[in-house]
Amino acid sequence: MSYIKPKFEHPRAPKNELGFTRKEYEGSLSTLCAGCGHDSISAAITDACFELAIEPHKVAKLSGIGCSSKTPAYFLNNSHGFNSVHGRMPSVATGANLANRDMVYLGVSGDGDSASIGFGQFAHVIRRNLNMTYIVMNNGCYGLTKGQDSATADHGSKSKSGHVNNFEGIDLCAIAIELGATYVAQSFSGDKNQLIPLIKAALSHSGFSFINVISPCVTFNNNLGSTKSYDYVREHNEALSTLDFVPVKEEIVTKYDDIEVKFVEMHDGTYIKLNKLHPEWNPEDKLSIINALQVARQKDEILTGLLYLDNNSIELNDLIGTVKTPLNTLTEKELCPGSVVLDGINASLR
Amino acid sequence: MKPTNYKDPEYFHKVVDCQYACPAHTPVPHYIRLIAAGKYTEAYMVNWESNVFPGILGRTCDRPCEPACRRGRIEEEPVAICRLKRVASDFKDDIQQYLPEIPKTKNGKKIAIIGAGPAGLTVARDLAPLGYELHIYDDQGKGGGMMRSQIPSFRLPDSVLDQEVNVILDMDVIKHFNQYVTSLKSIVDEAYDAVFVATGAPKGKDLPNLPGRWDAKENIHIGIQWLANVAFEHTNKIGKRVLVLGGGNTAMDCCRTSRRLGGEEVKVLVRSPFKEMKASPWEKEDAMHEDIPILENHVPKSFISENGKLKGMFFEKVKAEYDEKGKRKLVPTGEPDVFIEADDVIIAIGQENRFEWIEKDLGVEFDEWDMPVVNETTFASTREGVFFGGDAALGPKNVITAVAQGHQAAISIDLYCHSKDINERPGPGVTLISTKMGIHEWSYDNGVSNDIRFVVPQADKKITLADRKKEVELGFDLKTAFKEAERCLNCDVQTVFTEDKCIECDACMDVCPTQCINFTENEDEQDLRAKLLIPAMNQDQDLLVSDVLKTGKVMVKDEDVCLHCGLCAERCPTAAWDMQKFMYNTAKAGC
Ligand SMILES: Cc1cc2nc3c(=O)[nH]c(=O)nc-3n(C[C@H](O)[C@H](O)[C@H](O)COP(=O)(O)OP(=O)(O)OC[C@H]3O[C@@H](n4cnc5c(N)ncnc54)[C@H](O)[C@@H]3O)c2cc1C
Ligand SMILES: Cc1ncc(C[n+]2csc(CCOP(=O)(O)OP(=O)(O)O)c2C)c(N)n1
Ligand code: SF4
Ligand code: SF4
Ligand code: SF4
Ligand SMILES: [Mg+2]
Repeated sequence: MSYIKPKFEHPRAPKNELGFTRKEYEGSLSTLCAGCGHDSISAAITDACFELAIEPHKVAKLSGIGCSSKTPAYFLNNSHGFNSVHGRMPSVATGANLANRDMVYLGVSGDGDSASIGFGQFAHVIRRNLNMTYIVMNNGCYGLTKGQDSATADHGSKSKSGHVNNFEGIDLCAIAIELGATYVAQSFSGDKNQLIPLIKAALSHSGFSFINVISPCVTFNNNLGSTKSYDYVREHNEALSTLDFVPVKEEIVTKYDDIEVKFVEMHDGTYIKLNKLHPEWNPEDKLSIINALQVARQKDEILTGLLYLDNNSIELNDLIGTVKTPLNTLTEKELCPGSVVLDGINASLR
Repeated sequence: MKPTNYKDPEYFHKVVDCQYACPAHTPVPHYIRLIAAGKYTEAYMVNWESNVFPGILGRTCDRPCEPACRRGRIEEEPVAICRLKRVASDFKDDIQQYLPEIPKTKNGKKIAIIGAGPAGLTVARDLAPLGYELHIYDDQGKGGGMMRSQIPSFRLPDSVLDQEVNVILDMDVIKHFNQYVTSLKSIVDEAYDAVFVATGAPKGKDLPNLPGRWDAKENIHIGIQWLANVAFEHTNKIGKRVLVLGGGNTAMDCCRTSRRLGGEEVKVLVRSPFKEMKASPWEKEDAMHEDIPILENHVPKSFISENGKLKGMFFEKVKAEYDEKGKRKLVPTGEPDVFIEADDVIIAIGQENRFEWIEKDLGVEFDEWDMPVVNETTFASTREGVFFGGDAALGPKNVITAVAQGHQAAISIDLYCHSKDINERPGPGVTLISTKMGIHEWSYDNGVSNDIRFVVPQADKKITLADRKKEVELGFDLKTAFKEAERCLNCDVQTVFTEDKCIECDACMDVCPTQCINFTENEDEQDLRAKLLIPAMNQDQDLLVSDVLKTGKVMVKDEDVCLHCGLCAERCPTAAWDMQKFMYNTAKAGC
């Protein structure tokens, strides 16, 4: 078995605006099972960061526990990383984000990590609108501990051992929308054309971005009867939209009066071009999408694409007015401004 | 595109760049792995089977394999394929027990081979084990042809040459040495069943009309003759100031030999720009390392002598200009002609064939350039039963080409002597076998070495310049040889794809370090090439295309810069990729 990736790359490997090739954004060789959906998501994250030309040292990747939470080792080797306790990634992300808002925060988690042990943390990081991208690699099971049903396993889904799940599955996207997430998308690890632009848009969004990616566990949950297998997801995938990510500098020349196509300006000045495949749905209207999710559930469809977007929210740091300077660069001068300032404060409290 | 047909041996043959480029199609990665495994004798025999002269070629081959080596496309330098061949030769044990048996009772067929150079010896080697009675004619006293008369001992020691030539001559070959054949008719009149002409291109070109050429002729030499005179010890010194005219490998051997026979100020003068010289880059480097300047853009104008003694030469200075088609023209710069002093001049500007000994009424046709009309596949001439090979067939090339042509001619002779159609060529022997040993274990070392090419050490210049026979290159030691062997990417271990196993999880595409693998909608070849993750621009390299997969897509792999690292197969959950060892053996006479 190979443990080391060859250092060679394609001699004509494209370079991004920073002059980096994709190699600069790759991680170590994965130790996940061959064919795991999580590896495809790692590759999509690599591609998204490469294409956005994010400086790798400006990214903090955070995770909890699980096969999914191991993946930060397999992408962005030149970035910062924190592998936290099971289900506790949101706390660490919140702390880090408040201490330094200059970084790009990318959390990856599993359905076990987020929908079971970390469900409380998941809820609170959403309602606080922390400025981060939160990706759940959702395989409907606890892969790392050998495939027990997780809380996102669908009612009636059959496990590899033949056991049928009798509990309702948690719909993480519906929950996220309900709790006030300001960017919510759903995708499939086997569809990079859809996933990469979704990740790019999420990274460009100001506020909490959530992407639920169905990611088959080849070893424990890719069997007939499972609703998270490659075959099942491909058959039941219903794309609501396709999405193109348009970088800042690119000019939009074509005029679309067609209602099916919509340009949405992101916080950082980039655009996303939404090609709506279902005209009755509006990504800026919560009600329509909650409705769409319910209807899809009845029809056994998996809705994918950008589900919901609120571009006018205020992210946590702005909401509570934290200092703009990263804490680690504040000096004694700013932190201990002296007796004059103290006297002023005291006077204001009299 | 249509799905790739694995059954066609040429598809994977082409992926093994080095083997494909080798005129004899030596299975290069196979012998390199044997070297890495310390099996030098086996590595030697794999070479011997295919190129007949591993020790000689490991020192002197023109190495067309190296520019083709995949490694040169992903980093600066190819694998030192040639010098690894020498390692196999240097460290082999006695090979006697592995040599083919020569039947005591012959098969009743008698063959004349004219010329005991690499082409003639190859035919002898291939036919002797089949029981042919072989008569080999050569004007020299020993076998080897130009490998003996031209390639200097400081590049190819006599001991190596003797060993490899004698292995063949000892196969009951009947020698007619020191015998120049003056008439082909006299040979065909004898009861030979077939004749193989392998007389090389023995005539050096001259500058007969250059002013002053004949005034001091004792000091003006023809490169090829002069080198032969040195090799056969008729010449053992030269003047202090020597000019060598020409930019090919002969010029390089002449100048370096001059340095060893007393030449102190030896200069090479070429008409063309330096970078367009015919000599191999390493030969130029070796010459310059021996303090021999190479003066480019100098066209010889005249020889100057006083009282029959050479004084020097005038040269016109030119520059290269190119028309739209890239065709070169050398135009004078207008500067005054340059005079360069010299005690001796060696003219090394090319070789020609020599066929005045072949009677014109024998049915052997010659073309407008006085070259025999030879079929490039069968090497048959226009007279039945007379075959040509090596430099005599298609003009001067090199040893490995002579060997490859010898193999083909031997096949033809064998077919001809058995009254079979010589145009029905036997196909290659091909095998494709999985290297899988366990879930992620392969029977080859699939790790990719990051080392850059190792340099072959050379003996001290003081010693080598003082002794014409002292070999300059020392060869790799075993430690370095191992590391150099590990640079080989194992291009003969093929990525074989089975569509009905693939679940389209993308794992192989994601892991591939050089982004060769794509899952996409099928198109025509050029459209497909253009839309890959990294467009496939190298048209010399094929695309591996699968049949339609479940989602309607196809798998397309650009073979161009595949590292044969096996990661795709390791990351594939269903073993839809397998790493399979491909062996391609060109047919030999009698197979
Ligand atoms: C200076 C020099 C350096 C070279 N260096 C290299 C090198 O480093 N690597 C490489 O690969 N190639 C090299 N070559 C080229 C290589 O030597 C030839 O391409 C190769 O030897 C051709 O093989 P052959 O069997 O066709 O003919 P030859 O090797 O030329 O053998 C022909 C033989 O036939 C004999 N002969 C000719 N006419 C008759 C006749 N009528 N009767 C009897 N015998 C006859 C000749 O004397 C000779 O012995 C070099 C050539 C030269 C001139
Ligand atoms: C506090 C704690 N409780 C339980 C575990 C055991 N455990 C490890 S991973 C895991 C589930 C992971 O599931 P998920 O987040 O879906 O990741 P996957 O492996 O499926 O990607 C559990 C329960 C643990 N490591 N820590
Ligand atoms: S157990 Fe499942 S989730 Fe974990 S690495 Fe293997 S396939 Fe992926
Ligand atoms: S062997 Fe497979 S993974 Fe390795 S370079 Fe070739 S195609 Fe890519
Ligand atoms: S890793 Fe195997 S199963 Fe997955 S896409 Fe590649 S060939 Fe198909
Ligand atoms: Mg899971």
